[in-house]
Amino acid sequence: MKKYDFLMVGIGGQGIVLASDILGEVAMSAGYDVKKTDTLGMAQRGGSVVSHVRIAEHVWSPLIKQGGVDILVAFEKLEALRWAHYLRPDGIAIVNNQATPPPAVNLGLNRYPTDTEIYSRLRQLTGKVSTVEGTKIAIQLGDVRTLNMFMLGCISHLLPIEVKLWQECIRRRLPAKILELNLAAFNRGREEISNANIG
Amino acid sequence: MKKLLSGNEALALGAYHAGVKVAAAYPGTPSSEILETLATFKDIHAEWSTNEKVALEVALGACYAGVRAMASMKHVGLNVASDPFMAAATTGVIGGLVVVSADDPGIHSSQDEQDNRHYARMAKVPMLEPSDSQEAYDLIAIAFDISEQFDTPVLLRTTTRISHSKSVVEVRRTRKELGQAIFKHDVQKFVMLPVHARLRRPLVEERLAKLKAYAEEFVYNRIFSGDTRLGIVSSGVAYQYAREVFPHASFLKLGMTYPLPQKLIRDFASKVEQLIVIEELDPFLEENILALGIEVQGKDFIPRFGELNPDVVETAAHRAGWLRPAAETKKVEPLPGLPPRPPVLCAGCPHTGIFFVLNTIGQRSRLLDQQGKAEREGSLIITGDIGCYTLATYPPLQAMDTTACMGAGIGQALGMEKAGVTAPVVAVIGDSTFLHSGITGIVNAIYNQSKGTIIILDNGTTAMTGHQDHPGTGISAQGEKTKAVELEKLVRGIGVEDVKVVSAFNIKALRAAVRSAIDNPQLSVIIVRGACSVRLKKRSGQRAIDKAKCDGCGVCLRLGCPAIQKLNETLSIDITLCAGDACTVCEQLCPKKAIAQAIPSQKERA
Repeated sequence: MKKYDFLMVGIGGQGIVLASDILGEVAMSAGYDVKKTDTLGMAQRGGSVVSHVRIAEHVWSPLIKQGGVDILVAFEKLEALRWAHYLRPDGIAIVNNQATPPPAVNLGLNRYPTDTEIYSRLRQLTGKVSTVEGTKIAIQLGDVRTLNMFMLGCISHLLPIEVKLWQECIRRRLPAKILELNLAAFNRGREEISNANIG
Repeated sequence: MKKLLSGNEALALGAYHAGVKVAAAYPGTPSSEILETLATFKDIHAEWSTNEKVALEVALGACYAGVRAMASMKHVGLNVASDPFMAAATTGVIGGLVVVSADDPGIHSSQDEQDNRHYARMAKVPMLEPSDSQEAYDLIAIAFDISEQFDTPVLLRTTTRISHSKSVVEVRRTRKELGQAIFKHDVQKFVMLPVHARLRRPLVEERLAKLKAYAEEFVYNRIFSGDTRLGIVSSGVAYQYAREVFPHASFLKLGMTYPLPQKLIRDFASKVEQLIVIEELDPFLEENILALGIEVQGKDFIPRFGELNPDVVETAAHRAGWLRPAAETKKVEPLPGLPPRPPVLCAGCPHTGIFFVLNTIGQRSRLLDQQGKAEREGSLIITGDIGCYTLATYPPLQAMDTTACMGAGIGQALGMEKAGVTAPVVAVIGDSTFLHSGITGIVNAIYNQSKGTIIILDNGTTAMTGHQDHPGTGISAQGEKTKAVELEKLVRGIGVEDVKVVSAFNIKALRAAVRSAIDNPQLSVIIVRGACSVRLKKRSGQRAIDKAKCDGCGVCLRLGCPAIQKLNETLSIDITLCAGDACTVCEQLCPKKAIAQAIPSQKERA
């Protein structure tokens, strides 16, 4: 069995914990050993969120070593830059091309990095960088909160797990009222990355 | 059946299957989900207690009545509950009693870092430490058995990384139904008069001796034989890191870390060339092993504070010479100088307005430098407390001078006042924190004739730990409607005459209330009421900035609202974050009247 170490990064409120839960459950139902752990700040919203999801035949540590991440999934691009050093050489980075300035930038104490700075650093580390317009697409679909299912769709190709298992797990975890919209976001993410040709 | 469970979920399910009848807790990261999960089982009693001391007393009473009971809390919660914990260690139990302490190495969400393994030693009670969710599920059932077999409370210690990591659990059991509760009078066991406590005291020592023998045979204290050049003693999540970093070494993995299996440790040490301990926080195992006269290394290389991870363990192992670095791989360093993204008060947070008012009345933006230090006493001193609102310490609000522990702000305010500071002192405390340990502080302030101001931030929930109910909400942990404690009546009942209730989203009213309370020469209480924005079901009337009217003065940015953003010198409001009609605080502040509805309110839509 191949190992898959995912690092999902973004901002509190973007639904990263639910997305990484679903990723873990899907992998478990496909027969893998799974450990996942979230590093959250103390507040509900707005802080950096990092979720480690480890999928392999057997997993010891729930935390991934620096330079060991196979797939970096960034829900926001400053966070992609912040955690890029966790990528292994030739790892895959999938970045939602969305900038949410943190307080220090809003207050003029600090500068938000330029796209060139962000993407040149990522491309220095790996040739496999894929940018998606997840936030824009989620808003077009009708709810920005579907971003997490869109991003899950984006990574669903990277594991040898059939799409049915993903959809079943999403059905189990989401309330009926918002299910169809979220499944649509998942499918849209799946199309988006199959077109982007990475991996 | 296989399930992907967090350590906390596994502890709850394990306890439920082990027949727990009464479970009590006060929310605290990283322990909260234990009771939240137990509360979903309707055939047991699971409650949020007002604080950890009460929670443990509830569990203690239940276990005296012969049922299995547990209390769960974060590490600092056990400080609050240490009084009944020590008492329980002396009286012992009838039904099994398990106390879960969830420690927070690395201080992810706490005011300190402490190693609660020392509590087991102080109380002379057995301690179990799971190293993943499967062990959490298995060990908590064993903890109840040990408790009953040895007539002792059992401390089950987890850490953030165990409690909040998910791993695969084979759910092997179903609920075991136990007998009817019955309390049998026994004064020598339950009434700790000195004469009875003295009788119990030697029994505690006898119990400990029996537990030491039990530890030798305990199946979760286990040797994994490997390369005998290096033997590693470890427990908890540190064991997982050690297995990852030393794939070939021999291991003694301890599931029970107090009392220790001395003979097993000696045997293991004799079989390996070098013995090391890999443990998080204090050298607890190391010092106990050293006391056996066994040569061992550990904390000379493994950090004594902060959370471990495979990188930290590996770096220490290279430094110590326990491990030779693999072929030179170029390590990529993190990029320095990136803007940090600390946790912030949410858009529409009911705490933002009042802290903005305290900041401006206290003229704090001029007083404090970037490190939050001042050269002189401010024009307003704000003693703080534990909750989301502690985040008002950060710029731009910078409206908090102290945070120590739950309830401390009220006592500190009185202390400063009696010390003779010249500035007025305001204590701020959340509703849940106030009920946890602020009430006695107000009683004390009235009794000792305080002239100060106490502000209760009533957002109707325990927000920071994940929106748990509390006595003020009138909803129990299991979702039943109960009698809500009314804060204003409670405060008036204590004897405070100047009590005001103000909307959290009305800046003018907040400013007037704070000014009047400061000017009033007797104790004043302001209850600032407004619902937590994360719980808003429907948002409407989100605001936008009219670029034609906005002159970029930046007053709105002084709220620190994450919805108000500045990119490339342009101010804008992120409507996906803005709480809209529920808040409007920025609109009230804007001197150019440039902020208005971007999306019509619900009324207008209807």
